[in-house]
Amino acid sequence: MTKLRSYIKTFTLWELWQGLSVTFRNFFRTPVTVYYPEEKTPQSPRFRGLHALRRYPNGEERCIACKLCEAVCPALAITIESDVGEDGTRRTTRYDIDLFKCIYCGFCEEACPVDAIVETRIHEYHMESPGENIMTKDKLLAIGDKYDAMISADKAADAKYR
Amino acid sequence: MKALLPDFVLNIWMSVWGWLPPLMQYLVETTFWILVVMITVILAVAFTTYFERKVIGYMQGRIGPNRVGPLGLGQPFADVIKLLIKEVIVPGKSNRFLFIIAPLLTLIPALATWAVIPLTDTFVIADINAGLLYVLSLTSVGVYGVILAGWATNSKYALLGAMRSAAQIVAYEIAMGFALVGVLMAGGSLNLGVITEAQSGGFSSWFVWPLLPLFFVYLISGVAETNRAPFDVAEGESEIVAGFHVEYSGVAFALFFLGEYANIILISALTSILFLGGYNSFFEGWTFLGEGHFLREPALLWLIIKICFFIFVFFWLRATFPRYRYDQIMRLGWKVFIPVTIVWIVVEGVMAWMQVGPWRNLAG
Amino acid sequence: MLFHAILFYTFAAILVGAALGVIFSRNPVHGVMFLVLAFFQSAMLWLLAEAEFLAIVLVLVYVGAVMVLFLFVVMMLDINIERAGDGYTRYWQLGIGIAGLMVFELIQIVLMRGRGADSGNGFAATPEGYSNTEALGAVLYTEHVYAFEIAAVILLLAIIAAITLTMRKRPGLKQQDISAQVAVRAADRIRVVKMDSERPDAGSES
Repeated sequence: MTKLRSYIKTFTLWELWQGLSVTFRNFFRTPVTVYYPEEKTPQSPRFRGLHALRRYPNGEERCIACKLCEAVCPALAITIESDVGEDGTRRTTRYDIDLFKCIYCGFCEEACPVDAIVETRIHEYHMESPGENIMTKDKLLAIGDKYDAMISADKAADAKYR
Repeated sequence: MKALLPDFVLNIWMSVWGWLPPLMQYLVETTFWILVVMITVILAVAFTTYFERKVIGYMQGRIGPNRVGPLGLGQPFADVIKLLIKEVIVPGKSNRFLFIIAPLLTLIPALATWAVIPLTDTFVIADINAGLLYVLSLTSVGVYGVILAGWATNSKYALLGAMRSAAQIVAYEIAMGFALVGVLMAGGSLNLGVITEAQSGGFSSWFVWPLLPLFFVYLISGVAETNRAPFDVAEGESEIVAGFHVEYSGVAFALFFLGEYANIILISALTSILFLGGYNSFFEGWTFLGEGHFLREPALLWLIIKICFFIFVFFWLRATFPRYRYDQIMRLGWKVFIPVTIVWIVVEGVMAWMQVGPWRNLAG
Repeated sequence: MLFHAILFYTFAAILVGAALGVIFSRNPVHGVMFLVLAFFQSAMLWLLAEAEFLAIVLVLVYVGAVMVLFLFVVMMLDINIERAGDGYTRYWQLGIGIAGLMVFELIQIVLMRGRGADSGNGFAATPEGYSNTEALGAVLYTEHVYAFEIAAVILLLAIIAAITLTMRKRPGLKQQDISAQVAVRAADRIRVVKMDSERPDAGSES
């Protein structure tokens, strides 16, 4: 009996029709596409996008050149050189992130004892010529200054889960 | 025509036309119609690619291309322009001549076959008696492009793809040929026009019903012949990159692309003509529509609707089934399809001989 | 008629050129492609002689099937092109002999036509509605039906012989039985067992 049933199933292509009916029903289902540039999916405050270096409210750089981020970076994307500054504090003279090497894991942010390096929610950026993929200290600080409000708000929103 | 052109142009045209010898007149007229059909097919190919991306998109819960032009209808033209301005790269150790003619060899048979396809009950470019054989021979010539592309590229992946494709096409061609034997037994002729005529009389007299197994065999073999999913081991992008056309870029790749989709349209057209009555109307037998109602007349429109349906089926299959493994394809071709067709041809012959079933009037 | 003559000589010239190409091309794949071209041209000549069935079958069988398999094999060969010509000198006597015989036969045919023994000029005009295919079929399946069937059986025999000669059943070979795989049902393979929870204290609540 089961043999007969399987024969009938084979010769009527039953399972193929089942598969086809699934796709056919889906054909009439409303697409779930988000029309990207016009519509955007909601972002978490923890989103890991373009990097930024932050300052204290008085304008002093947060980074103390401890190089923890350089050590933890799994992709070796961060290069730091440091020196003693005019006021006698340790400061970075060079802080480069190679965006082509970076895998946006967020370890640098986690490792930082002073919350200097952060990953912002900016993900729509591009490079037009070779070399632009290296984010220098100046560029990172500029991003930090520009989006300071957003970064602080994200940090505040995330603070209670840390 | 008369409304479009001013009188004096028409007059000049008519005098030139009358001055031409009959042979030239014939040549000019045929060339004109060949151009019309070819350009239509190529345009249809462009929109078939758009149609495919939309159909598969919707089946996967997406919307497909929607950026270029209204509803994304400009997308095929954007693609064409992109491919045309890209560089054609010929690999260093390849066989240059064969590498370049290979895409043409896939495209030309797909376009040349349209010569014998009856588009309406009065119009066909070449009304030859051995039309079905012509179709079969030209579709079998299409393998050369794939094999030569694979060989001339001088790459392992391309050669593997070419071998797979060649074995697959040779295997499925036999099943396809047997299915066609069934059709010509039922139609009583090798002429595609006569075969279509034999199916006039409405929905119930189409060859799908008496030849149902052959219909499925032909359709599935057609999918396999065009190297489309789920029989696309020749391309098999997850295993052998892109198979025979790995190294092709720019215009050369565009020609392969054109050939593939022209073949899809061709197989759809052939299936509609051989099994679904071609240009015959769905409603031919519906007497309540009244005598001479336009829905009951044979027309190009019906053929186009049927072709579109089969093109949709091609994409539907692609969206539904995962790729067959190579040995499974060979098994399906040799051990399932060929026996099925042979058995059904015997059944058909016996029934025609015993004067039963739908072939009652054939034995003669 | 002039148009026909032009077509005939064009096709014939290409045919001869392609045939020479088959012999003289060093690359075997080029040779195969020249042969394909030669088949196409002879099909064209047949079409000119209004033998459309033969022409199309020539393309279908030789170009579509036989030459594909040829190409398939030739493609896989790794021939050293430099050394491919070595055999020429060894068999030249035999080669010249066969070539001479063929030239002699061709001359004979041309001469016979010249004497008017066999009318090669112009075929009998075909009547209206005459179908080449039908005529061939009628002759093949009535007058020559035995020869036809015997030829078919001989070919079948060749296929079966080739298969039996090359097929070997190796012991211990693992093979799929696809019909068994398709016929399998979940109940044949797995048994769903009802079991009590391992930890009676926690299991009863959850």
